Amino acid sequence: MSKFSKKVMVLAVAALWGAGAALAAKYEGLGRPATPAEIKAWDIDVRPDFVGLPAGKGTAEQGEQIWLQKCAMCHGDFAESNQVFTTLVGGTTQEDIKTGRVKALQDGSVPQRTTLMKVPTVSTLWDYIHRAMPWTSPKSLSSDEVYALVAYLLNLAEIIPADFELNEKTIKEVQNRMPNRNGMTWDHGMWPWGPGLKGGGIGNGGKPDVQGSNCMKDCKKEVVIASNLPEYAWDAHGNLKEQNRVFGPVRGKEISEASVKEAETAAGKQQSMLDLAKAKGCTACHGVDKAIVGPAYKDVAAKYRQRPDAVDYLAQKIKNGGSGVRGNVPMPPHPGLSNEETRSLAQWILAGASAQ
Amino acid sequence: MIDDLRQRIGLIRKAPENFLTPEEIQGIKASSAVPIPAWSGPTLLCLPCNIPTGCSLARMTRTIPMELVESGEVIVAYGRNGEMIRPENGYPLRLVVPGVQGVSWVKWLRRVEVGDKPYGTKDEAVHYIDLMPDGTHRQYTSVQEVKSVITTPSGGQILLDKGFYNITGLAWSGRGKIVRVDVSTDGGINWRQARLEQPVLPKALTRFNIDWVWDGKPAILQSRAMDETGHIQPSYGQLRKVRGTRSIYHNNAIQSWLIKEDGEVSNVQVL
Repeated sequence: MSKFSKKVMVLAVAALWGAGAALAAKYEGLGRPATPAEIKAWDIDVRPDFVGLPAGKGTAEQGEQIWLQKCAMCHGDFAESNQVFTTLVGGTTQEDIKTGRVKALQDGSVPQRTTLMKVPTVSTLWDYIHRAMPWTSPKSLSSDEVYALVAYLLNLAEIIPADFELNEKTIKEVQNRMPNRNGMTWDHGMWPWGPGLKGGGIGNGGKPDVQGSNCMKDCKKEVVIASNLPEYAWDAHGNLKEQNRVFGPVRGKEISEASVKEAETAAGKQQSMLDLAKAKGCTACHGVDKAIVGPAYKDVAAKYRQRPDAVDYLAQKIKNGGSGVRGNVPMPPHPGLSNEETRSLAQWILAGASAQ
Repeated sequence: MIDDLRQRIGLIRKAPENFLTPEEIQGIKASSAVPIPAWSGPTLLCLPCNIPTGCSLARMTRTIPMELVESGEVIVAYGRNGEMIRPENGYPLRLVVPGVQGVSWVKWLRRVEVGDKPYGTKDEAVHYIDLMPDGTHRQYTSVQEVKSVITTPSGGQILLDKGFYNITGLAWSGRGKIVRVDVSTDGGINWRQARLEQPVLPKALTRFNIDWVWDGKPAILQSRAMDETGHIQPSYGQLRKVRGTRSIYHNNAIQSWLIKEDGEVSNVQVL
């Protein structure tokens, strides 16, 4: 048996930068053994069973102050931001806290998965905030600050009240309120090592859940293409022409910035016309298909389509307003619209004012 | 490492899920995104218990199965392709965990701890978990299942003319050796067995090729690999039937390249 006989897991830890050398006593002159103090300083991992968790305490009220100073710039005041990183809090309910299963993961009612919808173990929050946050100065937080920050996140998700003292003892109760604590399964084929789930380990012994076919001839009646990589994504990494050889039987596709911009602008223009109409308040009075206060866009189009100067006429009407053409309610002027916008809107209305 | 790369790309510009980006194909072509290089270093078993290093910032952590370590396959690498590992690849030391997704190949390795329970680290409890149709997540999904991709012709390329082509690509499996690759040029209706190029090593990229005469009509190229355990690469339809469309990681479905009459090759998903 090996020297690790009864142990089953190895934790590997990365440093962003490392200096120094591996050593053992037999490698004379190479480094020196790590001191117990050094090992203790580095041994900061906290396991789901709370092995490694330092003592300390904090409340959400305390956490909020630290959060606003050190975390909110990336994660938002209420951990709601989806700008720099994906949202941390949201999508969990009181019912989830009872069952330990996040219902939104089953019915897909929340389109994006937040951290608290996924994380099954409160230890993970503590461990990661402690080892890696804030991004600008990892491991600068004291244990009490980490407890307070974890409490703040848990409070935002209404897992604990604002004055709840999170400490090395109460955190165990909190584990029993984690909304997705029962949401993980280890019953799969992608951990093919060790005794498996039945023997107290992980996995089903390595049995794959999906098997392909070895059919060679007439394997299906038709080929169904489910989706294409959209044009806008082709340029994600520059001009493919420049990344392919200029000899041999194939070349790379020309994806110049100009051609991509043109496609994006065209798509953007089309998509934004209805949005523009909404943003400028037009749709408060005009429906596409039915009159509200003003006439429906389709009726406007029908009336003016034949006019050779229809675009200019409508653009002018949008800009300067008017009255008496249809009924008694005047159309107010819209001086805030640029000439380009009024002409685009006029063209769009005359073309049928489609939602696309 | 493909997962790893995808995630970093995703921060910059999110391509639709489950699509290989042209860059990834380029990466696979250049063999820099998947683990083919020659790594040098002792197995993890040989090391003294603790490896002192200097100061550190973020400390990414992963749980590695002890059985794999005891097999001697997991090495602590200091060299790659005959030179010191480069900084972006983990200098001075990185873990090499054959058959396992790249995110477990911890770079800038500073500490190894042996324990009797999994650690539930951030990347094991929030990321790299696979959402199933019933709303559960699979946790500790580590092994890379059998997969292949045709690298020439591939998305973003243009075939200059009809006529002879040598279709070539790469196959791999975290469960062992590749024993067979089949190629289809009609979207999976009919298949022919491709040639495997040497060397064929377990848990390593295996190059395959097959001759093809393009008649100038639209075609869909696919490859389908089988490993020594008998596991065959599934279609998207087969994969989604079991895992749905939200599992994201461990997508080992058959990759399809659509060739249009003008020779342009694009990335499509065929069920």
